[in-house]
Amino acid sequence: MPNAATSPLATYISHLEKGELAYQFSPAANRAVFFPRVICPFTGSDTLEWRISAGRGSVYATTVVYPAEGAPFNVALIDCDEGFRLMNRVDDVAPEQVKIGMRVKFRVHRPGGEEPPMPVFSPEAA
Amino acid sequence: MDGLKRGAAAIAGAAESDLGQVADGMSPMDLCAQGISRALADCGLALKDVDGLFCAMTQQRMSIVSLIEYLGIAPKFIGSSMTGGSSFEFHVAHAVAAIQAGLCNVAVIAYGSTQRSVGRKQASQREVNPYETPFRPFLPASAYALAASRHMHQYGTTREQLAAVAVAARDWALLNPAAWEKKPLTIEAVLASRMISYPFTVRDCCLVTDGGGAIVITSAERAKSLKKPPAYILGCGHGVTHMNISSMPDLTVTGAKAAGEAAYKIAKLSAKDVDVVELYDAFTVNTILFLEDLGFCRKGEGGAFVSGGNIAPKGGLPVNTNGGGLSYCHPGMYGLLILIEAVRQLRGECGARQVAKHDVAMVHGNGGVLSAQASVILGTGATV
Repeated sequence: MPNAATSPLATYISHLEKGELAYQFSPAANRAVFFPRVICPFTGSDTLEWRISAGRGSVYATTVVYPAEGAPFNVALIDCDEGFRLMNRVDDVAPEQVKIGMRVKFRVHRPGGEEPPMPVFSPEAA
Repeated sequence: MDGLKRGAAAIAGAAESDLGQVADGMSPMDLCAQGISRALADCGLALKDVDGLFCAMTQQRMSIVSLIEYLGIAPKFIGSSMTGGSSFEFHVAHAVAAIQAGLCNVAVIAYGSTQRSVGRKQASQREVNPYETPFRPFLPASAYALAASRHMHQYGTTREQLAAVAVAARDWALLNPAAWEKKPLTIEAVLASRMISYPFTVRDCCLVTDGGGAIVITSAERAKSLKKPPAYILGCGHGVTHMNISSMPDLTVTGAKAAGEAAYKIAKLSAKDVDVVELYDAFTVNTILFLEDLGFCRKGEGGAFVSGGNIAPKGGLPVNTNGGGLSYCHPGMYGLLILIEAVRQLRGECGARQVAKHDVAMVHGNGGVLSAQASVILGTGATV
């Protein structure tokens, strides 16, 4: 069998470069899979489809990190409407104002330099 | 692990190494060796009797190999499962299996850490996760904080209830001469301390100390002939649900549920039979989650359960009688030290912090970010 042409991570990042939040879907399990991988963690199937999220979800859990230096910032777990969860942050709102259940929408953040693009969220209402 | 026989093996010897801030230049292996030497002396065995060896730590990539070199022995059976702080509860189950199968007779489990002396960053290298690291969670604290946020949201658990865990741990620590913290603590002081990752202040977080130790496990029959009363291994179980917090299925239910159920089944016991609980309190929310998942109260009622001094000295259920990772000692992988404390409680060796009834102890280890859970139920001769 030839080697895989691309990795799950590279595919994920290539979608972000196009402004898309991609996730995998397992037909065998009939459910979303995240983080991206080469086999389905629910069935072991090696058939995983790439899908593009609508980029809407809600905050599942949230914390505010208080670094030794610099301003406090938010870290959250987001449940996307397609049924997958990812670690992220909610921008455009004070970190302590991020609440569980808050509706949020995705956009791409480009840190620049060597850093790949990353998904971030902001309140849906904003 | 249904194949493990209740009471077939026992912890015969147990000892801490130097703790807290150790002498300059002391290595993790030096601390392992101290613990082993003291634990063997505790039960009247010698290094030449050891034919099974287990070790895990963060500072030596092949710790079991380093330890064999250091000790100059050739054990017949070795193990080095690495599940973070719960490694040693896993090792206990593996040691029992090995002894049952005739693969070794005297197994030693050892640990050492100099994370305070060398610095936490030096002691434990962080792994990069492309799906988490860019968001800069302060790990492990932020992962546990996310779990706490969920528990507070679903069950109304309060910061005061989290703080009650820290205060109870401190109250126990004040009765333990070996504990790092020596001054009383109040709920108000916990809440007013420096915020780390909401809802945790620094007082909701475990200590960063040096430390280590060892335990000696042998067959029940051999243990009976040794110096101290055996702490029989009545049941073991584990539950591993995820590695990274973003993959934890439900942040309010941990693998401790599966771990506890499996251990109780082998032990033919339930939470109501347990006299003393030694669980891995890396953060205050751990104690609440594990007391629920191990059956000491119902899901969601842990906050109320730990309040009003119920788990403190003279409370309804003695929990973390050494002062815990919060106030006694936390060298990074604390799970071995709770086994040592449980053995001492069962023997009645604990002085001012000794619990009145001490036949059955629940020891519960936690590894990663609520990731790898393992329970060990220990009992005195009255339980077998």
